[in-house]
Amino acid sequence: MHAFTYTRAADVGGALQAGAAQGSAYLGGGTNLLDLIKGDVAQPLRLVDINRLPLAQIRELPGGGLSIGALARNSDTANHALVRQRYPVLSEALLSGASPQLRNMATIGGNLMQRTRCPYFTDVGFAMCNKRNPGSGCGALQGRNRMHAVLGGSEQCVAVNPSDMNVALAALDATVLLRGPQGERRVALAEFHRVPGNSPELDTNLLPGELITAVELPPAWPNARSRYIKVRDRASYAFALASAAVLLDLDGQTIRAARVALGGVATKPWRATATERALPGRRLDEGSLRAAAALAVREAHPLRENAFKVELAQRAIVRALREAGGVA
Amino acid sequence: MNPIIGQALDRADGPAKVTGAAQYAGDFTASGMAYAVLVQSTVAKGMITGVVQEAAQRAPGVLHIMTHLNAPRLPQGGKAAFEPPAGRMLSLLQDGVIDYNGQPIAVVVADTFQHALAGAAQLRFSYEQQPAALDFTAAKRSAYAPKKAGKEDADVAWGDAGAGMGRATERIDHVYATPMQTHNAMEPHATLAVWQGDQLTIYDSTQGIAGARKTMAKTLGLDPSQVRVISPFVGGGFGSKGSVWSHVVLAAMAARTLRRPVKLALARTQMFGPVGGRPRTEQHVALGAGGDARLTAVRHDVVSHTSVMEDFVEPSATQTRMLYATDNAATTHRLVKLNVGVPTFQRAPGEATGTFALESAMDELSYALNIDPIELRLRNYAEKEPHEGKPFSSKSLRECYRIGAERFGWSRRPRQAGTLREGNELVGWGMATATYPANRMPASASAKILADGTAVVRSATQDIGTGTYTVMAQVAAEALGLPMERVRFELGDSSMPDAPVSGGSMTVASVSPAVQAACLDARAKLIEAAIAPGAPLAGATRDDVTTGDGWLALRSDPSRRVSFARAVGGRGAIEGKGEAKPGKEREQFSMHSFGAVFVEARVDRDLGRIRIPRVLGVYGVGRRLNAKTARSQLIGGIVWGIGMALMEETSLDPASGRVVNASLADYHVPVNADIGDIEVVFVDEDDPHVNPLGAKGIGEIGITGVGAAVANAAFHATRKRVRDLPLTLDKFLV
Ligand SMILES: Cc1cc2nc3c(=O)[nH]c(=O)nc-3n(C[C@H](O)[C@H](O)[C@H](O)COP(=O)(O)OP(=O)(O)OC[C@H]3O[C@@H](n4cnc5c(N)ncnc54)[C@H](O)[C@@H]3O)c2cc1C
Repeated sequence: MHAFTYTRAADVGGALQAGAAQGSAYLGGGTNLLDLIKGDVAQPLRLVDINRLPLAQIRELPGGGLSIGALARNSDTANHALVRQRYPVLSEALLSGASPQLRNMATIGGNLMQRTRCPYFTDVGFAMCNKRNPGSGCGALQGRNRMHAVLGGSEQCVAVNPSDMNVALAALDATVLLRGPQGERRVALAEFHRVPGNSPELDTNLLPGELITAVELPPAWPNARSRYIKVRDRASYAFALASAAVLLDLDGQTIRAARVALGGVATKPWRATATERALPGRRLDEGSLRAAAALAVREAHPLRENAFKVELAQRAIVRALREAGGVA
Repeated sequence: MNPIIGQALDRADGPAKVTGAAQYAGDFTASGMAYAVLVQSTVAKGMITGVVQEAAQRAPGVLHIMTHLNAPRLPQGGKAAFEPPAGRMLSLLQDGVIDYNGQPIAVVVADTFQHALAGAAQLRFSYEQQPAALDFTAAKRSAYAPKKAGKEDADVAWGDAGAGMGRATERIDHVYATPMQTHNAMEPHATLAVWQGDQLTIYDSTQGIAGARKTMAKTLGLDPSQVRVISPFVGGGFGSKGSVWSHVVLAAMAARTLRRPVKLALARTQMFGPVGGRPRTEQHVALGAGGDARLTAVRHDVVSHTSVMEDFVEPSATQTRMLYATDNAATTHRLVKLNVGVPTFQRAPGEATGTFALESAMDELSYALNIDPIELRLRNYAEKEPHEGKPFSSKSLRECYRIGAERFGWSRRPRQAGTLREGNELVGWGMATATYPANRMPASASAKILADGTAVVRSATQDIGTGTYTVMAQVAAEALGLPMERVRFELGDSSMPDAPVSGGSMTVASVSPAVQAACLDARAKLIEAAIAPGAPLAGATRDDVTTGDGWLALRSDPSRRVSFARAVGGRGAIEGKGEAKPGKEREQFSMHSFGAVFVEARVDRDLGRIRIPRVLGVYGVGRRLNAKTARSQLIGGIVWGIGMALMEETSLDPASGRVVNASLADYHVPVNADIGDIEVVFVDEDDPHVNPLGAKGIGEIGITGVGAAVANAAFHATRKRVRDLPLTLDKFLV
């Protein structure tokens, strides 16, 4: 652990000002950042506590969408009436993550920004990690990689984005609202997180000093059916080995439109677009769904210990679609 | 009056624990106390070639940095107390040699914990690295025979296993594997070391205060009388607190150098390596059976890893030497050396892993013979210990099978695997035998009846969360004739009468006879005082006096009675002493607890997810001193067995030998949602041989058999036989 200073921002302007200084980090619930500081993985010079900012509201947008403030707690969001009614997949995803205590602290902004759980990243005792220490190599490629990504990896990094919430937000086509020294901007969730490529140290396209202020969801599909399936090593309090968030628009037993996103298997929240394109017109039988799910992993690159994820991801998609459609 | 022994009483220390009044090792403070942080190596093998410590030295609040360059030299290079299996090879900064990744290499002491952490983060080491042995499979080529396997010989055989196998009409021959595991007691290890002149007091979280005192004295070159160990509460040990580990000695060294008390608490991460763990085992089991389903031969060959620093054997084949009747058996233990921390005892060392292999193989044999798994076990029931032919002091395993089968509904189980299904889940039922030896060691206690009519009973034993405070008070209350609430049992201080380590499930079996003897001694003296000339019961004979509920009364005339308080009278207190130790009966009888575990497993046919909605364990464990704490111990053991079966595994990075899942987020143990119904049933046993109270010990048997019962149930559900733990879902994706 290293020494740092602590400031509590009173308003957004103050937060941005403090956040602009070199070495600053915003403090949300602290459930991820404080662990990383204690482990010397993160060494901010200055913590800017944003918990007093008025960014915790969840409200309906004029066009029928929903705005979720960056400081809304994971539990409050999951249990919000509008979220439960219109976006139950988000509620399910949030409630499948971490533990009640953690969800009570964790914020939406912090969850979007949470870093990978790859042990080569979270333990500075490992010499190699391109994400933590660019150019040092990747310990996971030849090391223990059962938990790692089969999609979106590079020679530099195969670390999984661990968030459950992000998977639901990806399926829901969410937009992230940002405020920075240059003003406000909106980034589609699909564009917010990055695959590692040659700069694995960058998880997202957030610019230095930029603050997440809210997440917006477009109006829910009328009559949408949805499901979040999380497959993990124990019944609760474990990160996903594979997860799938799906939305279905059905015409009887036939799919009119579908959205499918994957978690636990990719370096960023992963939209299975090829699967989505193949689904309309299909029925909810196992065979057709299986064929569409296979398209999601065409580009998969399994590692020594995680080949099972290629299979598991497809089965998670099929199960989620069938449960969403009420036929499982 | 109802006997106090056996009642389902709440824990005497429960309120103190839930209100925070109970002081654990890390809760103690001393005036002028400084805080130490342990620094560990980041390579698996080599030499330290340089230490850069200027920045750390200058960091705020840092008082002292102890490395191999400046650590006080200890007698025999720090190895004076090395005495396997409990006296471990420690890392005491006596040289720059690195034997494993995570080895203690420095201690940073500061005025606050935060300053110590910040200082430690500035410390830099350089190493000359050497190739480390980290690959179990590769190391197997140089496996060797250890001197001993636990208390037994490494190899034990009788009859002619080869010939017996030749006569078999069905054979099972497979390798079963269990991974490296880490104890992860709820309370991390912590030590506060306080010197007063040449007197050392250690506040420690330990399962053995007597052993800790001896080890500390020898290692530091002191007389045992110069060391006092205090450990009133222990938040779980499970074997990992059965030995003194490096940090305890390092705290004392730093405190001596600094001339002020030093506290050293391990972080959760630091419990993965420097304080032991269960070693990996690979167990080759071969069973041969004839047409009558009788075992013609049994082979059990175990390879487990140890550290390059020391030999520790997981004695997985020992139960195979006594569990089933066979004329021909051969069992061996071999070790492979790896550059990892020293492994150690972990709940039911040997039996927890060994029953997984043996009881999985028995299940496989039952399918090969197309016979019910319980019937197979009954056909091979050992009426006496099969190797030396000794009788069992008591054994109700047959009853355990019968009652278990009845309560579980076993007769409804289809013989064929893979036939039950509910929705997306494949359903299966499996069972296995559980067993653990009934150990006992010498112990002593004192009992003092005070003038206020209460009693204080003491023994230098431990309560590692099992209920020692409670059951010893029950034994004392009954022996004295006092109600429970007027007896205070004290433990956890090496200045009290000696008692053995709380390991091997023997605290109750060893200490309760001593407590009973001390109380009977005090009671006898109280009676003498009460019948002395001029005393309230003067003239009565000794044998005419009874005690109960705080009164002494005459059998012949119950109206003549006197309270304990008055009987003590002006003496202030009456004190008794008791010692108890095992005798010749240990040579005459084979002493073990037995049980039968039944499990329902449900496996998702697509996702491989495995759930355990239902477990039933039926046990014959002698007399239970407290029905509630006994049941809790078995439930806890079963829960751990489920964890061991489904998720526990310490994973090493193959290149650096560093643990990749050294946290409770990454090292999975069951959460509430993983545990379904657990039912525990006892078969009453009256065993006059194991010890005067007839208690066989229940701390460990609960975990045994569970791994196999789960794997057997999963096979029954899926027809997929998994022979390497844990049973993670990827192994069921077919
Ligand atoms: C044991 C454990 C188990 C867990 N299990 C799961 C799980 O199963 N599934 C899952 O999805 N998650 C899990 N989590 C992770 C948890 O969801 C995250 O820690 C949490 O969402 C982070 O939110 P926070 O507000 O505490 O973030 P913080 O720790 O406060 O911050 C995290 C990062 O976000 C930045 N940040 C925070 N707010 C903003 C903002 N408004 N604008 C810009 N940057 C910001 C911080 O600077 C920091 O870099 C687990 C965590 C733990 C500790």
